[in-house]
Amino acid sequence: MKLRAIAHSRAGDKGDTANISVIAYDPADYPLLERHVTAERVRELFSGIVEGDVIRYTLPNIGALNFVLHRALGGGVTRTLALDIHGKSLSSAILEMEIPDR
Amino acid sequence: MKTIRIGCGAGYSGDRIEPAVELAEKGGIRYLVFECLAERTIAIAQQARMKDPASGYDALLEARMEACLPACRKNGVTIVTNMGAANPTAGAEKVRDVARRLGIRGLKIAAVTGDDVLGLIRELNPVIVETGECVSGLGERLVSANAYLGAGPIAEALHNGADVVITGRVADPCLFLAPLMVEFGWRDNEWDLLGQGTVMGHLLECAGQVTGGYFADPGYKNVPDLARLGFPIAEVREDGIFAVIKASGSGGMVTLATCKEQLLYEIHDPSSYITPDVVADFTGVRMTQIGKDRVQVTGGRGRPRTDTLKVSVGYVDSWIGEGQLSYGGPGAVARGKLALEIVRERLKLTGVQYDEIRCDLIGVNALHGDRISAGREPYEVRLRVVARTRTMAEAARIGSEVETLYTNGPAGGAGAWKSAREAVAIASALIPRALVSPAVRFEVT
Repeated sequence: MKLRAIAHSRAGDKGDTANISVIAYDPADYPLLERHVTAERVRELFSGIVEGDVIRYTLPNIGALNFVLHRALGGGVTRTLALDIHGKSLSSAILEMEIPDR
Repeated sequence: MKTIRIGCGAGYSGDRIEPAVELAEKGGIRYLVFECLAERTIAIAQQARMKDPASGYDALLEARMEACLPACRKNGVTIVTNMGAANPTAGAEKVRDVARRLGIRGLKIAAVTGDDVLGLIRELNPVIVETGECVSGLGERLVSANAYLGAGPIAEALHNGADVVITGRVADPCLFLAPLMVEFGWRDNEWDLLGQGTVMGHLLECAGQVTGGYFADPGYKNVPDLARLGFPIAEVREDGIFAVIKASGSGGMVTLATCKEQLLYEIHDPSSYITPDVVADFTGVRMTQIGKDRVQVTGGRGRPRTDTLKVSVGYVDSWIGEGQLSYGGPGAVARGKLALEIVRERLKLTGVQYDEIRCDLIGVNALHGDRISAGREPYEVRLRVVARTRTMAEAARIGSEVETLYTNGPAGGAGAWKSAREAVAIASALIPRALVSPAVRFEVT
């Protein structure tokens, strides 16, 4: 199934660093996120966009993961040539990720 | 237990105006905070101030005050805002003038200054975090340097009876934290309270983003009445526990999902969210839906603040030229690709120099690149060529080479648009906190 079936997401920016949250609608699905939505898979998904490290933080209390993508925004909102200067649409791309059914 | 209601009336400089009026009129709030200062805004405002010393504050300051001051006055709502941008003193004078025009007497307006550290930064010449080079390397291109101030000077202004507090660069959550420190007598070393108050400020600072804005995804995440989106209110107890709510009858919604998304918005390590006041830890945060459009938040913690303050350094980075043109119907993508090839060739033939270029087809690959979007063919595309140059004249050449596709390029090129602009960029540096001296000045109507 697509990640979109069980999780929602929001992207934010600080300088040239993007962050993308992945949040389980149902806290019971959080372990599935933790198992399958790894930093490696996110780095692979955005390999044409992100030039730096991808770091994952876990927030089991709220059933969420937070991915921090370095050198991901073409120099950041103030100088990037990208149409999506903030990287706001990255949250929609991550929800296309395939994960195994429950 | 004492409880205070704080509303957020704007989440960025151009935000909607009526939701703030709604909060002031019927939100039952004691404070109304407007967060209107993005990273780059202050550098551009500084450029404006260099041309006209009476300018440099937020362009919508007058309109927002005109709309909100009467209801705030009537209901005893104190305003806190960073709309002073590059010139809080002139901003406070403008608010004074608006209040007089509206016939509001005895209004006390505080300007918080001291964030402008341009002189200090030239003297200290610190390393720029992003590049590893010293500030002096920017030379004449340096435009502005503003330290992120904390809640302290805002709290001082409130202690002295300010009805309106106008700041320049202040860390966003601190605009919300300061009223709590004043109302509840929180000391500036009660780290867990400051951490929990920072969670509140962070959740509210983007206004509609916690009440259903930047959230809807039809079929998955439905949000009612976004055209009348209500802005958020935090109902905060003196032990720091708070509920996020919104004005009754307004559009949008406050749910666990909207609050969780906003909690992590623009966050890196959730255990170390560094503000000038505290290093906040979000990892212990718990959220509970305790009613319709009412989410209770507990568990924010904090550790002692750092010895440094972050400084936003604004500088003239480059010039950016851009052109766009659309193609539709059968073969739209092929014609768009042909057009991109022609523009690349033309830039080479005419000797236009650039340091960086992007050639995208909006509708195909402009947002996520070729890899993620492969294999999907749209009905229409919009070509977008954008390049970084070292002169304005060369930036203008980029858009011209797109526009001339009208008569020189593939069939059916439609709706050309072009621009050329100076790019003022922002970098950051850290300086010792002790060298920055905030000050508060009052105007009374």
